[in-house]
Amino acid sequence: MQRFEERPLLEVENLTKQYGPGCDECGQPGRPGLIKNYCPSCGTVYACSDVSLDVFPGEILGIVGESGSGKSTLMQCLYFDQEVTAGTLTISDPELAGENLFGVSSQRKRYIRNHKYGMVYQNPVKGLRMDFSAISNIAEKQIAAGGRHVGNMQSAGERLLDVVSIPLFRMKEEPRNFSGGMQQRVQIAKALSNDPPILFLDEVTTGLDLSVQAAVIDLIKQIQRDLGISMIVVSHDLAVIRMLADRTLVMLNGRVIESGLTDQILEDPHHAYTQQLVYSLL
Amino acid sequence: MVMLEVKDFGKRFTSHHQNTTRKAVEGISFSLEQGGFIGIVGKSGSGKSTILKSIYRTYLPDEGEIWFDSERFGRLDLLKAEERQIIWLRKHEIGYVSQFLNVMPRTTARELVEQALLGMGETPGAAKIGAERSLRHFDLDERLWDTFPNTFSGGEKLRLNIAIATVKKPRLLLLDEPTASLDHQSKLKVREVIKKLKADGTTLVGIFHDLEFMEGLCDGVYDMNEKALRGMPEVQR
Repeated sequence: MQRFEERPLLEVENLTKQYGPGCDECGQPGRPGLIKNYCPSCGTVYACSDVSLDVFPGEILGIVGESGSGKSTLMQCLYFDQEVTAGTLTISDPELAGENLFGVSSQRKRYIRNHKYGMVYQNPVKGLRMDFSAISNIAEKQIAAGGRHVGNMQSAGERLLDVVSIPLFRMKEEPRNFSGGMQQRVQIAKALSNDPPILFLDEVTTGLDLSVQAAVIDLIKQIQRDLGISMIVVSHDLAVIRMLADRTLVMLNGRVIESGLTDQILEDPHHAYTQQLVYSLL
Repeated sequence: MVMLEVKDFGKRFTSHHQNTTRKAVEGISFSLEQGGFIGIVGKSGSGKSTILKSIYRTYLPDEGEIWFDSERFGRLDLLKAEERQIIWLRKHEIGYVSQFLNVMPRTTARELVEQALLGMGETPGAAKIGAERSLRHFDLDERLWDTFPNTFSGGEKLRLNIAIATVKKPRLLLLDEPTASLDHQSKLKVREVIKKLKADGTTLVGIFHDLEFMEGLCDGVYDMNEKALRGMPEVQR
């Protein structure tokens, strides 16, 4: 049989994020004795335990799990919003090859964030400056990524707003005047403004009504198709994951309990929790 | 050349909620030459769909082997193939049609077929031409091309479904009761389509309710009851 010569773009091995000192009991391999993700003897919370994953070029990887399962912490660690306790992150990019990116200087992490990453938060307040205009929000990220030519940045920004269907006559307006769906689309435009190879989407459709949700999902698919960007999509909504992701990880209590092709996870779930999740699907 | 070979295949479902394990199928073996077409017959609940879904890897089987002759990867056991390989095969070599159309909301019929081609790496121009040819071929009214399929009738949805699956010219096409909800007229149209695919060399495995539909189309049937391949049974009129 011929091998698949494809290599992952982003690889994470054994990412662990703990809040608290840890003790002899919870420090053992497999962390026995935890109540969910909490160690009763020292009070340490393991938000993520030994999470490993890979994302291939142009692929959308889905991560599902209930509130508190560690999915957002995982995203924040990957985006360097949080320091990990242990684990490695590698990105196969000529500029970054062979390095554990969790271990590099904060300056270099900022560089990766500005040049390789895009992030879309559930709450647009986290990703946008609500008192800057939509186009300035995009410019902020363009400048961080090294943009200096105002004319070029403006035209690129206008093109992005057009991609996400924000009318250009409103580009100088502040996002706080926009509806939730529009704010989310401005956030997506901003996240794309440095041409990132990797895009993180954290619960981006949560709280949007159905038609707006469909528009955002459509936009994400279109971006994948046209730009070939790799994405990690976190959602508690299985319907969103089904529409977007090729492969899916299921998280519970900070651990990945099941992973597979998205339709396989939905139609033939193996873990008790995944079954419960799928049977709860409306 | 053998295109598909199923060996001692079995699948169990464990329900943690009910604390039970149920054997859906076991001891299934058959093989299929390139360009062949077999129907799977058996009563409802006998595991016909389980076989198709396991070949497509929507189900993760526990026993046996399913060998597929891939153009890209050579002969490989689908049950052991990497997930990324399966994703590639689904885009290029293996198609699956059920009676349900499960697609992105707010995407027109034309876009859905185009996207299948774009996913294979076709240029936008070629995808446009290919999609139109396919929609016309499956007799989908031109006025429907730029509308959303959730307003389509059962037969229209199905023909679109088949158009999406076949526009990639898969080596293997799995048909999971695609005609279940169709009237006679639509069935005849689908039958013509399948006949044409077979003539073009596509290998097919299908589940159908009526033997009449399969007559003159299938080379043989796999009988879930006897667990054996046999010739087409006589249709009783």
